[in-house]
Amino acid sequence: MTDDTPDRIEKQIDLKAPLATVWAALTDHVQFGRWFGVRVGQPFTPGATIRCAITPTTVDATVAAAQKPHEGKTFDIYVERIEPTRLFSFRWHPYAIDEGRDYSREPTTLVEFTLEEVAGGVRLRVTESGFSGIPADRRAQAFAMNDGGWAMQTTLIAKYLAR
Amino acid sequence: MMRHAKVFAALGDETRLQLMARLRDEGPTSITKLAEEFPITRQAITKHLRVMEDAGVVHSVSRGRETLWSLSARWDARLARLKSLIEG
Repeated sequence: MTDDTPDRIEKQIDLKAPLATVWAALTDHVQFGRWFGVRVGQPFTPGATIRCAITPTTVDATVAAAQKPHEGKTFDIYVERIEPTRLFSFRWHPYAIDEGRDYSREPTTLVEFTLEEVAGGVRLRVTESGFSGIPADRRAQAFAMNDGGWAMQTTLIAKYLAR
Repeated sequence: MMRHAKVFAALGDETRLQLMARLRDEGPTSITKLAEEFPITRQAITKHLRVMEDAGVVHSVSRGRETLWSLSARWDARLARLKSLIEG
Protein backbone atom coordinates (compact mmCIF):
# COMPACT_ATOMS: atom_id res chain seq x y z
CA MET A 1 0.00 0.00 0.00
CA THR A 2 2.70 2.49 0.96
CA ASP A 3 5.36 1.61 -1.60
CA ASP A 4 3.17 2.02 -4.67
CA THR A 5 2.33 5.63 -3.86
CA PRO A 6 3.23 7.66 -6.98
CA ASP A 7 5.81 10.43 -6.63
CA ARG A 8 3.75 13.11 -8.30
CA ILE A 9 0.31 14.56 -8.82
CA GLU A 10 -0.44 16.23 -12.15
CA LYS A 11 -3.53 18.29 -12.88
CA GLN A 12 -4.49 20.64 -15.65
CA ILE A 13 -7.37 22.96 -16.22
CA ASP A 14 -8.30 25.41 -19.00
CA LEU A 15 -9.38 28.84 -17.81
CA LYS A 16 -11.34 31.26 -19.96
CA ALA A 17 -9.46 34.41 -18.98
CA PRO A 18 -6.49 36.51 -20.13
CA LEU A 19 -3.03 35.34 -19.09
CA ALA A 20 -2.52 38.39 -16.85
CA THR A 21 -5.73 37.64 -14.93
CA VAL A 22 -4.74 34.04 -14.25
CA TRP A 23 -1.20 35.03 -13.28
CA ALA A 24 -2.55 37.56 -10.78
CA ALA A 25 -4.98 35.01 -9.29
CA LEU A 26 -2.03 32.69 -8.68
CA THR A 27 0.68 35.03 -7.49
CA ASP A 28 -1.07 37.97 -5.84
CA HIS A 29 -1.14 36.71 -2.27
CA VAL A 30 -4.57 38.16 -1.52
CA GLN A 31 -6.14 36.61 -4.63
CA PHE A 32 -4.35 33.31 -4.02
CA GLY A 33 -5.80 33.21 -0.54
CA ARG A 34 -9.31 33.73 -1.85
CA TRP A 35 -9.51 30.51 -3.89
CA PHE A 36 -7.05 28.45 -1.88
CA GLY A 37 -8.93 29.17 1.34
CA VAL A 38 -6.05 30.66 3.33
CA ARG A 39 -4.97 34.02 4.65
CA VAL A 40 -1.47 34.60 3.27
CA GLY A 41 0.72 36.61 5.61
CA GLN A 42 2.77 38.56 3.05
CA PRO A 43 3.38 38.91 -0.71
CA PHE A 44 5.09 35.97 -2.44
CA THR A 45 8.78 36.56 -3.15
CA PRO A 46 11.36 33.96 -4.23
CA GLY A 47 13.15 32.45 -1.25
CA ALA A 48 10.61 33.69 1.30
CA THR A 49 8.91 31.53 3.91
CA ILE A 50 5.26 32.57 4.01
CA ARG A 51 2.96 31.73 6.89
CA CYS A 52 -0.59 30.87 5.81
CA ALA A 53 -3.66 30.52 8.03
CA ILE A 54 -6.62 28.45 6.94
CA THR A 55 -9.68 30.60 6.46
CA PRO A 56 -12.88 29.48 4.74
CA THR A 57 -12.92 30.32 1.03
CA THR A 58 -15.25 33.05 -0.15
CA VAL A 59 -15.76 31.37 -3.52
CA ASP A 60 -18.08 28.59 -2.48
CA ALA A 61 -20.30 28.43 0.59
CA THR A 62 -20.33 24.64 0.78
CA VAL A 63 -16.56 24.37 0.67
CA ALA A 64 -16.32 27.16 3.21
CA ALA A 65 -18.47 25.12 5.60
CA ALA A 66 -16.18 22.11 5.14
CA GLN A 67 -13.08 24.22 5.86
CA LYS A 68 -14.59 25.87 8.93
CA PRO A 69 -13.37 23.22 11.44
CA HIS A 70 -9.75 23.86 10.34
CA GLU A 71 -10.01 27.64 10.57
CA GLY A 72 -6.95 29.31 12.06
CA LYS A 73 -4.57 26.35 11.55
CA THR A 74 -1.33 27.52 10.01
CA PHE A 75 1.23 26.11 7.61
CA ASP A 76 4.26 27.49 5.75
CA ILE A 77 4.93 27.89 2.06
CA TYR A 78 8.56 28.15 0.93
CA VAL A 79 8.50 30.15 -2.30
CA GLU A 80 10.94 28.90 -4.94
CA ARG A 81 10.49 30.55 -8.34
CA ILE A 82 8.34 33.35 -9.73
CA GLU A 83 8.79 33.75 -13.49
CA PRO A 84 6.08 36.21 -14.58
CA THR A 85 3.16 34.74 -16.54
CA ARG A 86 4.98 31.42 -16.90
CA LEU A 87 5.95 29.67 -13.67
CA PHE A 88 5.20 29.93 -9.94
CA SER A 89 6.56 27.29 -7.57
CA PHE A 90 6.79 26.64 -3.86
CA ARG A 91 7.56 23.84 -1.41
CA TRP A 92 5.49 22.74 1.56
CA HIS A 93 4.75 19.84 3.83
CA PRO A 94 1.78 18.05 2.23
CA TYR A 95 -1.25 17.36 4.38
CA ALA A 96 0.59 18.44 7.54
CA ILE A 97 -2.49 18.53 9.72
CA ASP A 98 -1.35 16.79 12.89
CA GLU A 99 -0.70 19.66 15.27
CA GLY A 100 1.27 17.43 17.61
CA ARG A 101 3.84 16.52 14.96
CA ASP A 102 6.93 18.51 13.99
CA TYR A 103 7.09 18.41 10.20
CA SER A 104 9.91 20.94 9.88
CA ARG A 105 12.66 18.36 9.36
CA GLU A 106 10.72 16.19 6.94
CA PRO A 107 11.32 16.50 3.18
CA THR A 108 8.87 18.77 1.35
CA THR A 109 6.95 18.36 -1.88
CA LEU A 110 7.41 20.83 -4.76
CA VAL A 111 4.27 22.50 -6.15
CA GLU A 112 4.65 24.03 -9.62
CA PHE A 113 2.08 26.09 -11.51
CA THR A 114 2.87 26.56 -15.20
CA LEU A 115 0.79 28.66 -17.58
CA GLU A 116 0.38 28.41 -21.31
CA GLU A 117 -1.85 30.47 -23.59
CA VAL A 118 -4.33 28.40 -25.57
CA ALA A 119 -7.25 29.32 -27.84
CA GLY A 120 -9.81 31.11 -25.68
CA GLY A 121 -7.73 31.36 -22.55
CA VAL A 122 -5.01 29.79 -20.48
CA ARG A 123 -4.01 26.22 -19.73
CA LEU A 124 -2.88 25.89 -16.13
CA ARG A 125 -0.85 22.85 -15.12
CA VAL A 126 -0.20 21.97 -11.51
CA THR A 127 2.29 19.34 -10.47
CA GLU A 128 3.11 18.35 -6.92
CA SER A 129 6.16 16.09 -6.78
CA GLY A 130 8.37 14.52 -4.17
CA PHE A 131 5.89 12.24 -2.40
CA SER A 132 8.47 9.46 -2.43
CA GLY A 133 10.50 11.53 0.06
CA ILE A 134 7.61 11.85 2.51
CA PRO A 135 7.95 9.52 5.54
CA ALA A 136 6.35 6.17 4.80
CA ASP A 137 3.93 6.34 7.71
CA ARG A 138 2.06 9.24 6.17
CA ARG A 139 3.03 9.13 2.49
CA ALA A 140 -0.03 7.34 1.14
CA GLN A 141 -2.42 9.52 3.12
CA ALA A 142 -0.70 12.76 2.10
CA PHE A 143 -0.90 11.72 -1.53
CA ALA A 144 -4.49 10.55 -1.28
CA MET A 145 -5.69 13.72 0.39
CA ASN A 146 -3.98 16.00 -2.10
CA ASP A 147 -5.05 14.06 -5.12
CA GLY A 148 -6.34 11.10 -6.92
CA GLY A 149 -6.33 8.84 -3.93
CA TRP A 150 -10.06 8.73 -4.04
CA ALA A 151 -9.98 7.72 -7.66
CA MET A 152 -7.77 4.79 -6.71
CA GLN A 153 -9.95 3.89 -3.75
CA THR A 154 -13.10 3.97 -5.81
CA THR A 155 -11.57 1.72 -8.44
CA LEU A 156 -11.04 -0.84 -5.72
CA ILE A 157 -14.57 -0.30 -4.44
CA ALA A 158 -16.05 -0.65 -7.93
CA LYS A 159 -14.17 -3.93 -8.39
CA TYR A 160 -15.52 -5.08 -5.06
CA LEU A 161 -19.10 -4.20 -6.03
CA ALA A 162 -18.72 -5.95 -9.38
CA ARG A 163 -17.85 -9.30 -7.82
CA MET B 1 -9.18 8.81 14.01
CA MET B 2 -12.58 10.49 14.20
CA ARG B 3 -12.16 11.47 10.57
CA HIS B 4 -11.42 7.91 9.48
CA ALA B 5 -14.50 6.70 11.32
CA LYS B 6 -16.58 9.26 9.43
CA VAL B 7 -15.10 8.19 6.10
CA PHE B 8 -15.83 4.54 6.73
CA ALA B 9 -19.36 5.36 7.86
CA ALA B 10 -19.84 7.45 4.72
CA LEU B 11 -18.76 4.53 2.56
CA GLY B 12 -20.63 1.88 4.51
CA ASP B 13 -23.66 2.04 2.28
CA GLU B 14 -24.11 0.58 -1.16
CA THR B 15 -25.91 3.61 -2.62
CA ARG B 16 -23.09 5.90 -1.52
CA LEU B 17 -20.45 3.58 -2.96
CA GLN B 18 -22.32 3.60 -6.24
CA LEU B 19 -22.57 7.39 -6.14
CA MET B 20 -18.79 7.50 -5.67
CA ALA B 21 -18.27 5.19 -8.62
CA ARG B 22 -20.50 7.44 -10.77
CA LEU B 23 -18.61 10.57 -9.74
CA ARG B 24 -15.31 8.84 -10.44
CA ASP B 25 -16.39 7.80 -13.94
CA GLU B 26 -18.18 11.00 -14.94
CA GLY B 27 -16.39 13.77 -13.08
CA PRO B 28 -18.41 16.70 -11.69
CA THR B 29 -22.10 15.80 -11.96
CA SER B 30 -25.38 17.47 -10.98
CA ILE B 31 -27.91 15.83 -8.67
CA THR B 32 -30.46 15.88 -11.49
CA LYS B 33 -28.13 13.82 -13.64
CA LEU B 34 -27.31 11.45 -10.77
CA ALA B 35 -31.04 10.99 -10.07
CA GLU B 36 -31.64 9.76 -13.63
CA GLU B 37 -29.95 6.46 -12.93
CA PHE B 38 -30.78 5.80 -9.29
CA PRO B 39 -34.13 4.43 -8.19
CA ILE B 40 -34.30 6.93 -5.32
CA THR B 41 -35.46 10.54 -5.03
CA ARG B 42 -33.29 13.61 -5.52
CA GLN B 43 -33.87 14.38 -1.84
CA ALA B 44 -32.44 10.98 -0.87
CA ILE B 45 -29.41 11.51 -3.12
CA THR B 46 -28.84 14.94 -1.61
CA LYS B 47 -28.92 13.41 1.85
CA HIS B 48 -26.33 10.77 0.88
CA LEU B 49 -24.09 13.43 -0.68
CA ARG B 50 -24.26 15.53 2.51
CA VAL B 51 -23.08 12.55 4.59
CA MET B 52 -20.21 12.01 2.16
CA GLU B 53 -19.40 15.73 2.13
CA ASP B 54 -19.28 15.80 5.92
CA ALA B 55 -16.64 13.05 5.75
CA GLY B 56 -14.64 15.01 3.16
CA VAL B 57 -15.19 12.40 0.47
CA VAL B 58 -17.05 14.65 -1.99
CA HIS B 59 -17.58 18.38 -2.45
CA SER B 60 -19.83 20.63 -4.49
CA VAL B 61 -19.08 23.64 -6.64
CA SER B 62 -21.56 26.14 -8.07
CA ARG B 63 -21.30 26.40 -11.83
CA GLY B 64 -23.74 29.08 -12.98
CA ARG B 65 -27.17 28.06 -11.69
CA GLU B 66 -26.13 24.45 -11.26
CA THR B 67 -24.42 22.72 -8.37
CA LEU B 68 -21.98 20.03 -9.44
CA TRP B 69 -20.67 17.31 -7.15
CA SER B 70 -17.30 15.64 -7.44
CA LEU B 71 -14.90 13.46 -5.51
CA SER B 72 -12.67 15.43 -3.20
CA ALA B 73 -9.08 15.50 -4.17
CA ARG B 74 -7.71 18.72 -2.81
CA TRP B 75 -6.08 19.95 -5.99
CA ASP B 76 -9.26 19.28 -7.95
CA ALA B 77 -11.28 21.23 -5.40
CA ARG B 78 -8.79 24.12 -5.37
CA LEU B 79 -8.67 24.36 -9.15
CA ALA B 80 -12.46 24.27 -9.36
CA ARG B 81 -12.60 27.23 -6.96
CA LEU B 82 -9.93 29.08 -8.95
CA LYS B 83 -11.99 28.54 -12.09
CA SER B 84 -15.20 29.87 -10.57
CA LEU B 85 -13.33 32.86 -9.12
CA ILE B 86 -11.66 33.74 -12.42
CA GLU B 87 -14.56 33.02 -14.74
CA GLY B 88 -17.18 34.28 -12.29
